[in-house]
Amino acid sequence: MKVKGVSKKVVNRLSFRLVKDNISRKIMIVCTSIIFLLFVSFVVLLVLKSNLVISEYSIKELLFSSFWEPENHKYGFFSATFGTFIVTIFSMLMAIPISILAAVYIAEYSPYKVRRYLSSFIDVLAGIPSVVFGLCMLLGFVPVFSVLMKKWFQIETTGMCLFTASITLTVMVFPIIVSLTVESLRALPVELREISLSLGSTKWQMIKKTLFKAAGPGIISAILLGFGRALGETMAVAMVIGSKNNIPTSLFESGQTLPSLIVSSFGEMMSVPEEQSALFFVALTLFVLVTVSNIIAKVVNNKLKKRWRY
Amino acid sequence: MRYLEEKIVKILMISSIFAVLGSLLFILFITISRGWVSIKENPGIIFSTPGPRYLLGGEGGFFHAIAGSLYMVVPSTIISLILACLIALFLQSEYSSKRVSEIIRLFMDILWGTPSIIYGLFVLTILISFHQRGCLLAGIVALIFLELPIITRYVDESISSTPKELKEIAYSMGLTRVEVSKIVLKYSTSGIIAGVLIGLGRALGDAASIIFTTGAASTMPKGLFSSGTALPVVIFQQASSFYPSVRDHAYAAAFILIIIILVLSITSRLLQKKFSKYTVGD
Repeated sequence: MKVKGVSKKVVNRLSFRLVKDNISRKIMIVCTSIIFLLFVSFVVLLVLKSNLVISEYSIKELLFSSFWEPENHKYGFFSATFGTFIVTIFSMLMAIPISILAAVYIAEYSPYKVRRYLSSFIDVLAGIPSVVFGLCMLLGFVPVFSVLMKKWFQIETTGMCLFTASITLTVMVFPIIVSLTVESLRALPVELREISLSLGSTKWQMIKKTLFKAAGPGIISAILLGFGRALGETMAVAMVIGSKNNIPTSLFESGQTLPSLIVSSFGEMMSVPEEQSALFFVALTLFVLVTVSNIIAKVVNNKLKKRWRY
Repeated sequence: MRYLEEKIVKILMISSIFAVLGSLLFILFITISRGWVSIKENPGIIFSTPGPRYLLGGEGGFFHAIAGSLYMVVPSTIISLILACLIALFLQSEYSSKRVSEIIRLFMDILWGTPSIIYGLFVLTILISFHQRGCLLAGIVALIFLELPIITRYVDESISSTPKELKEIAYSMGLTRVEVSKIVLKYSTSGIIAGVLIGLGRALGDAASIIFTTGAASTMPKGLFSSGTALPVVIFQQASSFYPSVRDHAYAAAFILIIIILVLSITSRLLQKKFSKYTVGD
């Protein structure tokens, strides 16, 4: 590059800077393409690995029969899929109303000081690892629960059941949903509240009719983040669910979820190639489930964002 | 009628606050009190490696797991921070079109939602195809996959929230894109720190990906290619043991884990305050 009236030194420095700019851009492109490669290789590897079991058994049999008996070459994991749905849905049913109400209280009703401390405390709690939840529920809740159920309701249970797993997940997703909901409520402008209140609504009406809509997308993405955590949670669930491959008839029976099936069969998995392949098919199913629900969530959220704009 | 509703809702809210705080405090209280008792009785378990029959009630501690956790979490966090900064900068409008960055963000979200057990299996298949046994390096790779989407999201968000004027001024002074990016990164340091610590916390507490990649060895990790284990994995093993003394050790391990995480989040708050001096305005 030649510029009149500029000394050679300056031009040299400029071209050096431009080269640096170019190189760093290329590094960035490489790094970003790593993610794409990662995503593609995920799917490819999972499919390749589960190919063995898919080619021998029909997909329908794998997905919808509930006999997981590797010793008899039966790999139906419907009970695990069923268990995953039950546990996730049940825990979300408990977690959503409680944590949203708690978040509304923290964001709208509590005085400033209380809010600051409470919300930063809950942020800290969101960092507690899931194993700790599993541990406390297993050693602190399960024995007590088992005795109490027998005493009060005459229900025989070991305590390691779908219900305990749902409770564990509920407690685990509380801080996630609460802290994100508080954040999205606090991000709304004060005018929105003032207008609504000046029209004569009570505080709860204002929250119900105005704030929930304006903060809707944020709240929904909070719920979905919690949902994703609950769906994919492995260790905490594997510790308390009892790992039994049958279709549970009540909430107080042992069951299985997709991730806990993978973990609990891990020991045998390395030696039997067929079972290994079946477990990879389980993982593929889990991945598809999570990805599809994520994409649906994204689409719904974008639609709502357009509709509920204030 | 409206006031009745208001009152009912308020009661519901307060009871749900109690439910949330109560359940979480219950978890914290149990871990801390039982863990503290178990450590006070036998403080050696933190600093000793397990004996041959440790999980069967034998003697020893879980220092190998603490060391393994640190060896894996620290490098993976550093690597994924560097990668995350590069990717997040690439997502800015100077480098890529809006469409491309939308797609990358969608992939990031999907990766964020993927359960860590799938990352574990993914790295495991690579290990199998190289005929390797579980090692620290594999654990580090799995943790990078786990942390990268989280940290990238936070970095991306805090970079995107830098005021446009800052960039415009920088460009008008003739800076190249990298130089502007440096300024932007500095401006959003406190957001980046928050993201890093959240990713680090997730990696520290994650057992599912480690158990498949690094394994559950009971020896001190010696190098990148030696097998090892992490704290959450040990907690998982200890908790399902039949021996009450081993289960007490699980509380002690959980106590250590929670203390590390509490210290991390407190430091993150302090650091955020310190670095917010680079933030112009507010």
